[in-house]
Amino acid sequence: MQFKSMIISNIEVSPGYFRMKMTAPPAAGSASPGQFIMVRVRDAIDPLLRRPFGIFDLGTFATAYTDCGTQTYFEILYRVVGKGTDMLSSLHQGDVLDILGPLGKGFLPGDPSGEKILVGGGVGLAPLYYLAKEMVKTSRVRLFAGGRTKEDILCITEFERLGVETYVSTDDGTLGASGLVTEVLEKHLTAGIADKTIFACGPFPMLKATAEIAGRHDIPCQVSLEAYMACGVGACLGCVTKGRNHSNETPDYRCVCKDGPVFDYRELRWD
Amino acid sequence: MGKPDLSVEIAGIKLRNPVMTASGTFGYGKEFADYLDLERIGAIITKGLSLHPKAGNQTPRIVETPGGMLNAIGLQNVGIDAFIQEKLPFLRTVNTPVIVNLYGNTLEEYGELAEKLDKLPEVAGLEVNISCPNVKQGGIVFGTDPKAAYEVVSLVRQSTIKPLIVKLSPNVTNVVEMAHACVDAGADALSLINTLTGMAIDLQKRRPILANITGGLSGPAIKPVALRMVWQVAQAVEVPLIGIGGIMTATDALEFMLAGATAVQVGTANFLDPSAAQNIADGMEAYLEANGIADVKELIGALAT
Repeated sequence: MQFKSMIISNIEVSPGYFRMKMTAPPAAGSASPGQFIMVRVRDAIDPLLRRPFGIFDLGTFATAYTDCGTQTYFEILYRVVGKGTDMLSSLHQGDVLDILGPLGKGFLPGDPSGEKILVGGGVGLAPLYYLAKEMVKTSRVRLFAGGRTKEDILCITEFERLGVETYVSTDDGTLGASGLVTEVLEKHLTAGIADKTIFACGPFPMLKATAEIAGRHDIPCQVSLEAYMACGVGACLGCVTKGRNHSNETPDYRCVCKDGPVFDYRELRWD
Repeated sequence: MGKPDLSVEIAGIKLRNPVMTASGTFGYGKEFADYLDLERIGAIITKGLSLHPKAGNQTPRIVETPGGMLNAIGLQNVGIDAFIQEKLPFLRTVNTPVIVNLYGNTLEEYGELAEKLDKLPEVAGLEVNISCPNVKQGGIVFGTDPKAAYEVVSLVRQSTIKPLIVKLSPNVTNVVEMAHACVDAGADALSLINTLTGMAIDLQKRRPILANITGGLSGPAIKPVALRMVWQVAQAVEVPLIGIGGIMTATDALEFMLAGATAVQVGTANFLDPSAAQNIADGMEAYLEANGIADVKELIGALAT
């Protein structure tokens, strides 16, 4: 789906990190956690390409301005990393963006009786909020959030308000435990419920470490990857990652945009 | 005045309008079916196809540059057999000409591939890629040496009776010389330009951004170069030309036709706007209507110099 979206708010939640809320057509309400959108930050040739963002939150609010009496909205959580996100951060309420989405394959929540473990690194937390919001309705949810420093720890209060048990860690120890999020994760895994699933999103090294933990403890694990992408629909083949059976003779490349961004960690090669 | 006539013909392939989708930017068509009406564009040119599946390059494979992007995909594709089994059945259901872009590692592979494609009634024509800048063997040599180009196009010509389009590289000193070689070898039409070789550097890491180090530049940044080359080649050869290079709007497309192109290909624009090809075709129609032009063919090569 391609649509115009109006910005409702665009707020800096931590230095360099923004949370943007925008309108969406009712059909976008069917997006599943882990899916993403491609945003054209302005109608010009520079920057040329759209920017992909995971859906941080999605919902509706009552309004007198639509036929059905409600307005669908979604939110993205993004970090200013370059020209595109810098321009995005300077936009205001009422500005209109061209959006493609929801795109890709999201998380599979699985059996509600089990414990759900979320692992987020920095802005990788973004798609986990919408996932948590859905899963707390039926399951016990714990979040392990990590970052380099306290400013990379985002929206923890929002998770706690959902009833998620949170474990925070920073590389420099300025907030929560000192060390890597995956170290904290492994420490707290031992005394858990037997039936667990891990859902992770963050930088590749964090996902790799998470996949190793999942492998060691034989826990199902879904990871959401980030990649440079041009089209978002599986055509450009710019965003590919190596699948389990990959070799030069028998290529097994998966498109992060279309086959993912969420993958079962066993489907990918981690070397 | 009724609706203007947008139809054109390339080497016997009848197009409802001059807008085709460039190889490698439109997958196998199906990827875009949700975003535009595939029966409102002129033709679909599929992702470059090789005899055997091809893994392509390491990542990062793409990087944005001002007004453009570099790509070094390395011709990742499913190979001819999987194309026939998995991709062609969908394309068969679409009432729009399908042109298959093909690529060989060796001279023999070009010939063998052309022979296989020749047998497929769903394939309206072939576009031979002799100019991919991102693969180590093959392509670049055929695409920059007139003798080698003549040789490969001759072989493909002997292997198929289908309309034969050759896609030219801009990474040459004299594009007209290359055009002549391909036409002499039996090309029915030429498409130009493929991407311009370029690179991007990460200052902090002191490393090239693309894993392949260099890549092909596309997008609005290359349009002036493409227009110049189309215009030069149009002066020199009789076969129809297909203009490619940074076409984002109907205006861009019409400029290529003035320079001498009979049709155009939309490439990078598909990435930022999956409905671009249809929008461009609609925009061309609107331009003709607004300017009282009955037939788009009136514009081909109509540049006043």
